[in-house]
Amino acid sequence: MAAIDGGRQTPPRSTFFNDPVIRGIFYQIVVAILVVAFFLWIITNTAQNLIAQNKTTGFDFFWRTAGFDISFTLLPWDRTSFYWEAFLVGLTNTLLVAVIGIVLATLLGFTLGIARLSSNWIISRLATVYIETIRNIPLLLQLFFWYFAVLKAMPAVRDSFALPYDIFINQRGLFVPRPLPDDQFIWVIVAFGVAIVMALVLRIWAKRRLEATGKRFPVLLTAIALMIVLPAITWVLFGAEVAFDPPVLGRFNFSGGVELPPEFVALAFGLVIYTAAFIAEVVRAGIMAVSSGQTEAAQSLGLKESDRLRLVIVPQAMRVIIPPLTSQYLNLTKNSSLGAAIGYPELVNVFAGTSLNQTGRAIEIIALTMAVYLTFSLLTSLVMNWYNARVALVER
Amino acid sequence: MSFVRTEMVEPGPAPQRASGIVLWVRKNLFANVTDTLLTVLGVLFLLWAVPPLYGFLIGNAVPPGGTVEQCRVENAGACWAYIAAKMDFFIYGFFPVEEYWRPNIVFAIGTVLLIPLFIPKAPFKRTNAVLFFLVFPVFTYFLLSGDAIGLRPVPTEQWGGLLVTLIISLVGIFGSIPLGILLALGRQSKLPVIKTLCIAFIELWRAVPLITVLFMASIMLPLFLPQGTSVDKLLRALVGVTLFSSAYMAEVIRGGLQAIPRGQHEAGASLGLGYWQRMYFIVLPQAIKHVIPGIVNNFIALFKDTSLVSIVGIFDLLNTVQAATSDALWFSPTQAITGYVFAATVYWVFCFSMSRYSVYMERRLDTGHKR
Repeated sequence: MAAIDGGRQTPPRSTFFNDPVIRGIFYQIVVAILVVAFFLWIITNTAQNLIAQNKTTGFDFFWRTAGFDISFTLLPWDRTSFYWEAFLVGLTNTLLVAVIGIVLATLLGFTLGIARLSSNWIISRLATVYIETIRNIPLLLQLFFWYFAVLKAMPAVRDSFALPYDIFINQRGLFVPRPLPDDQFIWVIVAFGVAIVMALVLRIWAKRRLEATGKRFPVLLTAIALMIVLPAITWVLFGAEVAFDPPVLGRFNFSGGVELPPEFVALAFGLVIYTAAFIAEVVRAGIMAVSSGQTEAAQSLGLKESDRLRLVIVPQAMRVIIPPLTSQYLNLTKNSSLGAAIGYPELVNVFAGTSLNQTGRAIEIIALTMAVYLTFSLLTSLVMNWYNARVALVER
Repeated sequence: MSFVRTEMVEPGPAPQRASGIVLWVRKNLFANVTDTLLTVLGVLFLLWAVPPLYGFLIGNAVPPGGTVEQCRVENAGACWAYIAAKMDFFIYGFFPVEEYWRPNIVFAIGTVLLIPLFIPKAPFKRTNAVLFFLVFPVFTYFLLSGDAIGLRPVPTEQWGGLLVTLIISLVGIFGSIPLGILLALGRQSKLPVIKTLCIAFIELWRAVPLITVLFMASIMLPLFLPQGTSVDKLLRALVGVTLFSSAYMAEVIRGGLQAIPRGQHEAGASLGLGYWQRMYFIVLPQAIKHVIPGIVNNFIALFKDTSLVSIVGIFDLLNTVQAATSDALWFSPTQAITGYVFAATVYWVFCFSMSRYSVYMERRLDTGHKR
């Protein structure tokens, strides 16, 4: 802007450098140069350090024999396996504990969240005490507690605690029967798949009919019935059988069954108990976020309580619950890396621990480990963005 | 004679069943069949859980001052005598005994400076904040390490226990606030290069577990620096924790920035304020006030996460407790469990009081309508 100064017009105050566009470009160039210089500095330093320590780089160590034992693997593993197999073993172990943890934590968390909102004073108090206690104690401490103080204090193999259904618990972990389905059992699984597809089709049909005629169809009940009845019929028709191989106490240890090592049990237990407390809070916040006007409006329409919950409260609460719920799932997956501290052979322990110590390829291994978690996180946020776009309130 | 009453009968009390404790019990414990069933289950659970818990923690416990023999008796409860004997180790780690006055001074000054900071009405906020955030850390470093001011040098390897837990969490949180502000501003920036860099930084740190960050800090940081520079182990962990928590802090502060209406920016611009002046005087004070509960929650998470530094070999509170469990002098069946219960209580007291504070601030700042 030009200002009048003693009758003489001054030139525009805005100089070349004060132009916001040029300034912006200038700042960005400066930042880019600084960042590039910083990385160059790091890279040269690292290269010099590596030369000084006589270390090589590259991923060629992947095809070298690892030569260490892993106490618990889902994939075939022995001491002659390669490092890339160690990576996969760690990854599958991480995924195993994460999936089991997510399922159980969701069940426990929803129960606790609803319990905390219960009108029953004792139940809501108990849930509150649980949540406030567990949330405020570090997960690592809880894992130490379960592993060193509880599981290590379990009786020796000889005097295992026997639980129903041939489940045993002792110092060496949890022993459960191994299901042995016969060849015909595949048809039961196929029938289950068919039932799922039928349920999905049914849902679409029911929705169309609802929109066209206003008649409702009990989709959920029918779907559950389908999923039970169809596999059951196939089971009987094909004469499929599932035998169980129970753990049997031998001279020194149990034979047969599935042996879950104490590290796994402690980690899964700790993760479930810890994450459930956070999920409970997410659920509670989601239910409370549905304004009481919604309940009143549903009541005034004459909906009975079950319909009120199913058609009005839950769909709106889920919209609030699901995004933080997924971030809790992601947290659980990331927290499973604490298994390294109690010796559960997951990714950080097997790969960023033992493999790193043996090969000394710090940069490659840490970068790959971080990349794995980054992938989990990016995949989750992709799914979440898709979900959010789908359920977002359409606003005027 | 008149049989007409001239004054009203006093209203009688409400029926017993519709008021007072009876109503409360009926409404909250026995409203219907399911409720009654749940109450019975809850009471049974309490009867099952509370007596053994009481027995372990108080009834059969060995009080401070007891001997290890008492803890070795069958069915002995928590061995508080062991905690009392090890208390110095849990608080100061391997800090030399005759130098305990140094951490004690730090604790005292820290408390005196910190408490008024948390009270919204306390005066001299600015001076207080400068003292706590700038002067106090420098003072703490010189007093604890000692060699620069002529005291007996104490290397950071000897710092430990609660002292180190507090140092890491405080440095982590207060180092991450300025970094987080810059990152949050960068993420909101209209300049594509800066925006992309900030998003990449934030998302990368938020995606990976802290334990890999600590591994990276302890293994790779020495590789990144010029040859011959050696970085202190504690400093490495501090760098890792600060970078990690700055990403989370950036997201919290971004939430606050997004809550500030555009009109505030525009009003600032129309007054002739430049970008930084606008941010410093107008936007950030409002935004940060909005997210104080979020920052406190972040602090709670960080305080719990500091326990992870024990994995890279720093003797924080959890690691001292863990190390003490292998002390043969105090060997008893309840040694480990007592240690964990003690550590859990310390963490719990800190985290719970902070979460109450965050709830209090939320209520104070909340202007919404609640039923």
